[in-house]
Formats: sequence, C-alpha cells, structure tokens
Amino acid sequence: MSAKGESYAEILEARGISRGDFLKYCSLLSVYLGLSASMVPRVVKAMETKSRIPVIWLHGLECTCCSESFIRSSHPIAADIVLNMISLDYNDTLSAAAGHQLEAVRKQIMKDYKGKYILAVEGNAPVKDNGVYCMVNGESFLSVLKETAADAMAVIAWGSCASFGCVQNAKPNPTGATPVHKIIRNKPVVNVPGCPPIAEVMTGVIAHYITFGSLPELDRLKRPRTFYGTRIHDKCERRSYFDAGMFVERFDDEGARNGWCLYKMGCKGPTTYNACSSIKWNEGTSFPIGSGHPCFGCAAPGFWDNGPFYTRLADIGFVGTDSTADKIGAVAVGGAAAGMAAHAIGTAVKKARDSKPEPTEVEEG
Amino acid sequence: MAKRIVVDPIPRIEGHLRIEAKLNGNNEIADAYSSGTMWRGLEIILQGRDPRDAWAYTQRICGVCTTVHALASVRCVEDAIGAHIPPNANIIRNLMNATQQTQDHLIHFYHLHALDWVDVVSALSADPNEASRIAQSISSYPKSSPGYFKDLLKTLKTFVESGQLGIFSNAYWGHKGYLLPPEVNLIAVAHYLEALDFQKEIIKIHAVFGGKNPHPNYLVGGMASAINPESDRAISIERLAMVKKIIDDTNDFIDQVYIPDLIAIAGFYKGWLHGGGLGNYLSYGDFPETDINDVDSYLWSRGAILNKDLGTVYDDVDPRDPAQITEEVSHSWYTYKDGDEKGLHPWDGETNPKYVGPELPYKHLDTDHKYSWLKTPRWRDNPVEVGPLARVLIAYAKGNDDIVGLVDTVLGKLKAPKAALFSTLGRTAARGIECKQTAGFMRRYYDQLIANIKAGDYDTFSKNRWEPKRWPKDCRGFGFTEAPRGALGHWIHIKDEKIADYQIVVPSTWNASPRDGKGRSGAYEAALKGTPMVDPEQPLEVLRTIHSFDPCLACASHIVDMEGNEITQVKVV
Repeated sequence: MSAKGESYAEILEARGISRGDFLKYCSLLSVYLGLSASMVPRVVKAMETKSRIPVIWLHGLECTCCSESFIRSSHPIAADIVLNMISLDYNDTLSAAAGHQLEAVRKQIMKDYKGKYILAVEGNAPVKDNGVYCMVNGESFLSVLKETAADAMAVIAWGSCASFGCVQNAKPNPTGATPVHKIIRNKPVVNVPGCPPIAEVMTGVIAHYITFGSLPELDRLKRPRTFYGTRIHDKCERRSYFDAGMFVERFDDEGARNGWCLYKMGCKGPTTYNACSSIKWNEGTSFPIGSGHPCFGCAAPGFWDNGPFYTRLADIGFVGTDSTADKIGAVAVGGAAAGMAAHAIGTAVKKARDSKPEPTEVEEG
Repeated sequence: MAKRIVVDPIPRIEGHLRIEAKLNGNNEIADAYSSGTMWRGLEIILQGRDPRDAWAYTQRICGVCTTVHALASVRCVEDAIGAHIPPNANIIRNLMNATQQTQDHLIHFYHLHALDWVDVVSALSADPNEASRIAQSISSYPKSSPGYFKDLLKTLKTFVESGQLGIFSNAYWGHKGYLLPPEVNLIAVAHYLEALDFQKEIIKIHAVFGGKNPHPNYLVGGMASAINPESDRAISIERLAMVKKIIDDTNDFIDQVYIPDLIAIAGFYKGWLHGGGLGNYLSYGDFPETDINDVDSYLWSRGAILNKDLGTVYDDVDPRDPAQITEEVSHSWYTYKDGDEKGLHPWDGETNPKYVGPELPYKHLDTDHKYSWLKTPRWRDNPVEVGPLARVLIAYAKGNDDIVGLVDTVLGKLKAPKAALFSTLGRTAARGIECKQTAGFMRRYYDQLIANIKAGDYDTFSKNRWEPKRWPKDCRGFGFTEAPRGALGHWIHIKDEKIADYQIVVPSTWNASPRDGKGRSGAYEAALKGTPMVDPEQPLEVLRTIHSFDPCLACASHIVDMEGNEITQVKVV
C-alpha cells in the first residue's frame, strides 16, 4: 500500500464531514453488507485506517452497463468511491489517460502493487480464433486478462458477462465468450451477477473488501451470500398475491393496475437469486416487478437461453426435465426435484434448498 | 518518413476502438484509420427466438445508451406484426427517450469528454475566491461560494498528495493544448463531481416506468408499467410527483451548470475549430407526437444534408428503400458472396466474419486492406455523419424555432460564425443545445401524460397483437430511434412466429466505419484529417475529436445477418 495513502475518515474530515456523519455512513454500509450491529466498529476502524486499494478495471466483450450501474450508487456515491475508497487506476469508462500512457498505468500498478491490487472485470473473453473478437492495443483481451490477473490479490467479476457469460455467451456463442472464473483458476474470484448488478451490491462488495481485506462469504457459484442468498420471490412486495393466487393475466389488465403477481406473465422471480426486491434499483426507486414487468432472471446463469421470457416457468422446457403445462421444471434445484405443481413452487423450492446447503443452478460456460 | 501514431485503448467511450494516424512533417494528421476491435455476434444468437424478447437481447448491445436498442426493437417488431400502441405508451416511451438523451449527454460532456478540454492538475493552482467570482458571474447555481471551492481544492490536494491518482493517472496534464485558466479548470472539476452525483437522479425516471436503470424494461405493444392513480403498485400520483420533481431539477441542472460551463469552456477554445470532417449529415428523426408512422409529427426531423449546404435538406430519407441504406465490407473483417465492395441493404445483408488482420500481438493494422470489425454504411452512396450535430443542423436548416433560437444564442455568446458549427467544438456545442431541448421535452411529455390520466385514459398496452397466432406467417419490419449518438435502425424478418433474421445499423457504425471500396473515409477518419498535433506523443487532439462523436463500439460491431447465413467456420488467416 502507498505509505502516503489517506484513510477514508481523514478524507471525509478534510471535506468537512463530521464524526457523527461518518459513523452514520459506516452503520448504513454495515446494513448493506448484512453485518450485525456488533460489526459496525470494525467497519468504522477499516474506514478510518485503510489506504486506498488500487483497482484495475478491465472491459472485455460487454456493454458497459456494469460501469453505468456502478456510477448510479447512492450509498456510497460513485465520486466518494473513486476519490476516497479505492484507487481506480485503470478503467476504460472513466480513465483520463489513453493509449500507451493508459497501458503504462496498468503495468505500473501490476509492478508496484504486486499481489496487492484488485482486478475487476466487466465483460468476458472470447476464446475462439486466438481471441480476435476482442482486441486491446494489438493484443487479445484474453491475454490482457491473464496477464493482469497473474499478480492480482483477488478478482471481481462484474455482472452476468464476467460471472456466467451473458448475452454473447447465449447459444450458439459465436465468439466463444467465456466467463472469468473459467479462465482465471488460481485466484479468488467473486461473481457479482446481474445485467447489470445492482449499484449498491457492487459498491457493497468493494466496501466489504476494504473493511475485512477479503472477499465476502461466497456460495457455490462464487456469489456473495449477503446479496444473492435469497430469491427475488422471497422478498417480493407482490408475494402475498402469489400466495393468494391473484395473478396478472395480461399486461394492463385489472390485476396489473392493482399490482398483482406477475408469475403467469413469465416472472422468473421464483428462481432468481438477487437483491432486487430488497435493495431495489436506483436508490430504492423500483425494481422490474415493481414497475409491472416480469423478472426475466438476469442474474441467473444462462438466463438468455431460458426463454421465451413471457412464458411462465411451468411452460418452459428445460433441458433434462419433462415439464408440461402444469408442471414446473427443476430450475432452482437442478435435477433434484422435477415435477412440482406450479402453485407449490415457493415452498417446494425452499424445502429443496433447506435440504441442500447450496442452490445448484445449472452453470453455463 | 511519415510518423504513425496509435491510440489504443481509447478510454471514456463504450467498447473497444483503435485509431491509427499518419502525420506529415508539420505534425498534422495526413490520414487516419478507425478500427472497431470487438465483435459479439448477436445476429446469430437472435435467430429462432421469440420476437417479443428481441428488445432485451438488443438492449444488451449497449449499457450506456441503455434504452435506445430496446425502443428501436419494440418499434421494429410492432411494425412487422402490425401492432399499434396506446397514446400513453407513446408518451412514456418519449419521456424515457428524452430522459436518456438528457442524462447521456450530461455524462458525455463531463465524464467522457471534459478532460479533453479541462486540465485537472492545473485546477490545483486555482484561487478559490476567483473561481467563485467567475462561477457566480456565469450562473445562478447555488454551489458557488468561495468556501465551496476551498473545500473542493482541499479534497483535490489531499487526493493528489496521496500519490494515488486513480482515474486521473498519467494523462496529458500540462499539455499545451489545454487553454483554460486554473479557476475555470477548478469549476469544471467541481461540476464533474456534481454531475457524477446528479446523473443518477435523472435516470430514476427509467426506474419508475421501466423498473431499473441500466437496462429498463420495454414491451411489444406498449409499456408494462400500468397506470393507476390510486395504487401504490402502479404509476400513481405519488410516483408522478417524483417524476415531476426530477424533471424540474434536471432542467435546473442543465440551465445552471451544463450550458454555462459549455459556453465558458468553448469561449477559450473557439480558435480551435478542427475536426469538421465530412459535412454530410443524416437523421431518421424521432419523438413522434402520436403515431410512429406520422413522420411529419416528429419533434426531431428526418432528413439529410450534403456538403455542408444548409440551403438544402433532403426530406425523402427512407430507410426501407434498398437504394438508400447500404453496407459494404471492403475494409471490414467480413466477406460478401457477390463481392465485398457491393453495398447491401439491411434486408439483403450478409454477415460472414473473416479475420484477416495481422497475427496477434500486432503493432499496426494493415490499413491498406481490411482493418475493422465495423462495416461501412452509406446513404445513397454517401458517407454521412450522424448524431447531435447532424440533428441540430437539420433542424436549423429547416427553421425549427427552438433550435434556431438556441444555436443563434450560443453562437452569439461565443461571437462565433455559423461556419464554426462544422467542427469538433460545433459537435460538442450541438450536444449541449440538444440536451437543453430534450430536458424541455421531458416537461412536455409529463404534461401530456398527466392530461391523459386526468381525462381517464389509463391504457398503456394494446393486447391485439400480443398472441403470435395473430401475426402474419411471414413479415418484415423496420424500427428506429435517434439515439444520443445518432441514427439507429433495426430491421427484422419474422417467420412462423420466430425471428428469421435481424439486422442493426447503429450510429457509431456510420461514424466510426473504415473506408469504402472507393477509398472514402467515414466521419471519424475524415474529421481527424488535417488536425495539427502539439505533441504526437500525447495525442490530446485525437481524443478531443473522437470523443466529440461519443463513440459506442459495442453498438457499432453488431451487424446482424438477414439471410440466416450461419457462421459455420471463422477462418483466421
């Protein structure tokens, strides 16, 4: 770490932010991180003493929605993260430098902070045909990714592209787009899926790293349990309508206007693990279901091939199941529990989860 | 021997772009080559899928202009299947589109473009009292006290003295091309941070109607966000009040921050009028007042201008006409069955990728032959520029009152001639002018929506064509929008309820394309030619002009196959 690095608390103080406000901020951060109240002092201590961790943020095959989501963060705001919490030394979207000067920054950080920088990856690497489908400065993105990962202390895979492959990895995956954890196998990798991930989930992962010097607890798919431990369905504000059997039958009908359950419109909330229904989007403004559109499961592995989107789960033919119109395929529980009646999906999936420590979703690559 | 410079990666854009330029003995750019260095192949991925899902796939082409492909796609599918949307859906789409334009332009100016004009390090030597005086002389924005700038200066100094410069590392600070006094640099840095904070507020409108941003939800046949003033699970009075507040705040921010900064900064650079380029401009038009097919109702006009001639606007632009919109691949890493130099209309297009560039890693591309993943589109065989400058010039030439007023005001304040519009600075100014206009559109659509709701019209979706069995067995459609970066077109062929083929020609393909078979450059390449470089080792001028187009390369390299040609094998030579 840089000896000259200022701690977050010092910087806030320099900006005239009071001790009280600082503590309030740390408490809020703790809530987002899902920490108990007893952990707040630890967050406070980390923010008071740590210098800024260098972050190299690479872009592969992607659409930049992750960077855009990142700068939508409200707690903390993006300017605070970039100026005060991390040292975002390389980022295609925000970096001032260009060309060989920008590449020099990447090499310098890799050298000066060997084993002490975080590699954040947005997008993924096409591995077909020597990687010609994504080239940076005359090299394949694949080789840049491997080179930069070699001395990173940890790798953050932003979004569904880096985590699971996302849209360019949908069948037939013309470029051989491959998620990060399948390429970088000798480093801790955290997957932060979603298309994009929720802003506060992204900044929460970073804040956790700053606080504890390690990645948060991960599930089998390398996702932070804090944010991906429950299904959207579990905390959905329309859940009571599901339980009562009150469904939207078509868009803009009476049910739609009264905010009933979107399950029959194809909602994938019952099989998707993400924090959309709890943290919500854009500083809690809404989330897809909250604005009348079914969730199509953008944080789930291989979701692009789980369509059509507007077909309810029970009608979808998943590979390996013999689902029919009133049967639900074993989406969230792999091959373990095929053939549940649709109305029982909530409890059945929960039971299956309880009996197994990890949700075993189909992994796409 | 001519010196050759390479700028790759180019940051502060979307996607992967490379510029190679040849300099003459006076360090002027003699020739330039623009290369898109990524391709994702969505064309093949879309085939065989449900057309009602296409908006979501195509939306993932770009997460910066994160609504435009969805909008073009639902319009495209609706055109094919004969669906008509209710007035409220049109209003909500217009409101979301105006929101996107406004937010996107604001982010572009401060976060993707400003550092080509603003020297962050110079800001450290600013006098905060003087910065305050200047800020208060150009705007009524409340955050302008000496104390505000003193605090900011302290933050900046702390940041720089930490030795970790983060996003500001190793840039061209101190370059002689930076012309702003330290105080104006400080004001611009202050507003860089303020705008970074504020952009996330504007876009909450997308979350209200589309559930989230980036990537809000759209729907074929209307919009999914139902209206019910009484319900807290629909578009209610409370939600609309929130939208109203955001619209008011947005207009204030544009008026008090963006526009005054733009004029103040441009004032120091009005002697730097390079980067004009082609002088040909195209717009499909957008913001239909009622029906998408009523072209005359668009608030943004459809049209084209050739050779900088503002006296003639070609009104007969028709993207369905095979003679008007074509793409060729003479310098692109694709092949066509009947010759790479033959222009094909999107409904007859082919996509057969074939990389024949140098073996990786390479120092230079083979720019005499093929050198990009982008195709080369043409309008009636002309290379054209699309985007804010094209739209503003077309509106200006057609005598649109709002735009004539805004353009003349800006030119008057800068004491600049009309010819100054044909430049990098003109392109940047046009974006600001347009941003003010679209912030005004947000008010217009809000008022329209409220009026409809008051009249008892809550409809947001038309069910008539939702079920695929009501569609023609075989149909084609065209959908479009004027994205922040320019004219965007989607073409679809639906067969037996599935996508047979889907093709997209995007703004950055028009602007960033490689040259055509006749050796004619696209907009980026043309705009760079003739630009003098202060220091070729620090190609600030290249960034300035390229950024003025607001490149989006993930968009540009999504050319979609209409003929269903499977890419069975990609040969790497």
